Amino acid sequence: MEFIYFHLMPYRPLDMAERAKHRSAWVVMPNTLYDPKKGAEEYASYIEQLVYAEELGFDALGVNEHHQTAYGMMPAPNLIASALIQRTKRVKIAVLGRALPLTNNPIWIAEEFAMLDNLSRGRLIAGFVRGIGSEYHATGINPYWSHERFQEAHDLIVAAWTKPGPFEFDGQHYNFRYVNLWPRPYQQPHPPIWIPSQGSSETIKWASHPSRKYPFLVTFSAQDLVIRYLEMYREEARNHGYEADGNQLGWAAPIYVADTDERAKAEAARAIESLFNDYLAMPWEMLLPPGYMSLSSMQSTMKMRKSLGTLAKRVTVDDLMASGTAVIGSPKTVRAQIERVREKTGFNRLVSMLQFGVLPDDLAKRNMEMFAAEIMPHFR
Amino acid sequence: MAPAEATLETRDVRARTWRAGRGPVLIFLHGAGGVPPWNAFFNTLAERCEVLVLEHPGFGKTPSPPYIRNVGDLAMYYLDVLDNLKSERVHLVGNSLGGWIAAELATRNCSRLASLTLISPAGVRVKGVPVGDNFIWSPQESVRNLYYDQAMAEQLLAQQPTDEQAELMLVNRFAATKYGWEPRWFNPALEGWLHRISVPTQILWGAQDKLLPARYADAWKAQIPSARVEVLGECGHLPHMEKSELAARKILDFIGRR
Repeated sequence: MEFIYFHLMPYRPLDMAERAKHRSAWVVMPNTLYDPKKGAEEYASYIEQLVYAEELGFDALGVNEHHQTAYGMMPAPNLIASALIQRTKRVKIAVLGRALPLTNNPIWIAEEFAMLDNLSRGRLIAGFVRGIGSEYHATGINPYWSHERFQEAHDLIVAAWTKPGPFEFDGQHYNFRYVNLWPRPYQQPHPPIWIPSQGSSETIKWASHPSRKYPFLVTFSAQDLVIRYLEMYREEARNHGYEADGNQLGWAAPIYVADTDERAKAEAARAIESLFNDYLAMPWEMLLPPGYMSLSSMQSTMKMRKSLGTLAKRVTVDDLMASGTAVIGSPKTVRAQIERVREKTGFNRLVSMLQFGVLPDDLAKRNMEMFAAEIMPHFR
Repeated sequence: MAPAEATLETRDVRARTWRAGRGPVLIFLHGAGGVPPWNAFFNTLAERCEVLVLEHPGFGKTPSPPYIRNVGDLAMYYLDVLDNLKSERVHLVGNSLGGWIAAELATRNCSRLASLTLISPAGVRVKGVPVGDNFIWSPQESVRNLYYDQAMAEQLLAQQPTDEQAELMLVNRFAATKYGWEPRWFNPALEGWLHRISVPTQILWGAQDKLLPARYADAWKAQIPSARVEVLGECGHLPHMEKSELAARKILDFIGRR
């Protein structure tokens, strides 16, 4: 199994009483709540954690893109990736990922990824995502065309990486008289492309297509859903006449390991609850603007919502542990849960988020060390 | 008076229509919420006109062909619709998104129009006058922000939509997003061509409109100096719903069908 040490870089000094006055920590919460002096400290801590992960034996370091939010301080993840390249030797650098539809010039993404690939001499993993719903509020990009723009931007980027330039690109959303990438990517034909997703069936179908076979990472979902989505990928692959490799299947989850189940829960509780309730939570108008999901997916989501009721209540550490959205416990407990998902799906890429929410540096560091010592060797 | 429901085929689009009354043809183009319920506004108009309400492609049960991607396309589509109708000239009325479509249409070609009534139209942006964000509002906030009369808003909120209504609301939300998300409810080029509107034009606005503030009426008046502007008191973004009879009377008065 491959282990990715993934970071969101949340802004931990957030004033939660102020936070509670807004509908979300995304887009509408005033940025006067961000203190640059404290923010600079956060960046420094998080870079240290990421660099330390190489020393602990992780295979890759993962960063990602989010806009106008305290949930993650990486609107430009490539800047962090670039810093990490300078501080590391061996690990892969996974940008999970850039949000393709949010830019009007996807060539910039192709160029920056090509630069990172050259700077790292081929250590880059290029993640492609659509951004989360609220990012269509943050950027103004029309979510109605999200899928169309994603696929077209993908085609353009891959062509820019692989096709001799200059060439013309004629699309619906993107049109360029000259596409002629300097530099070209270091890895040939191009850096590996990974697709993190919350599991939309459209995305699974698209990623598993034999012309792509892109690794698909299910992010932050209940374990039964994770299993279902990874199974869905396998089925799609079979429908296309091939058997998906374990390396095409990934699972991204917050994980916390301590000596005992009780201690793990006690230490992780406040942080994991802050991740889901304070940092991630948003009303569905922000989370699912029309078109972000197709109309048919949205209709089934609405039906599900109706049966679940509309009460928005805070999730607890117990809820998150019970659903397996967060993996929290003793080494034995954590190993058993990973083993269970592996047995059912054969997944081979674990994207572990070992700092989450307000989790302080000392606990984050101990969590990393426990994970590297007690969990990773078991699956190698 | 219940309207007759039918469909109207224009090229390959079969649009749902509602029709009632006799007299000169008056076409109503609806806003982002979809075709409104048939109320006193339509009944009052139908006493003096033949009222025709069409559902825009992409809304409700009217399909959207791939060549209709924005409001400019809708305007061209409605020029086709007008060519399709038997009447020589029609009175065109549009609210919000429908007003935007009507204005785009009229800047392109007024030859089939007898008059134009824009009810709190979208389509123009006034710098420094912020508009509401109906895409971030919850359904409850939307209703409360669209109406001045909060008793009316609460009454509407008390009605649970049926599954079918909920599904149509979702479809309408998708269509509204396609046409209005970006740039948010306007076309930067429209204002510069409004002078081409050469038929009698009336602009109605609710004084307490929280989506598109009534100050927007000034910007429209500046570009169409001959336009008659009426700001209706104690009224939000949907005068045809909130001041239904009054709004209808203003239109009949304006087109000389009192």
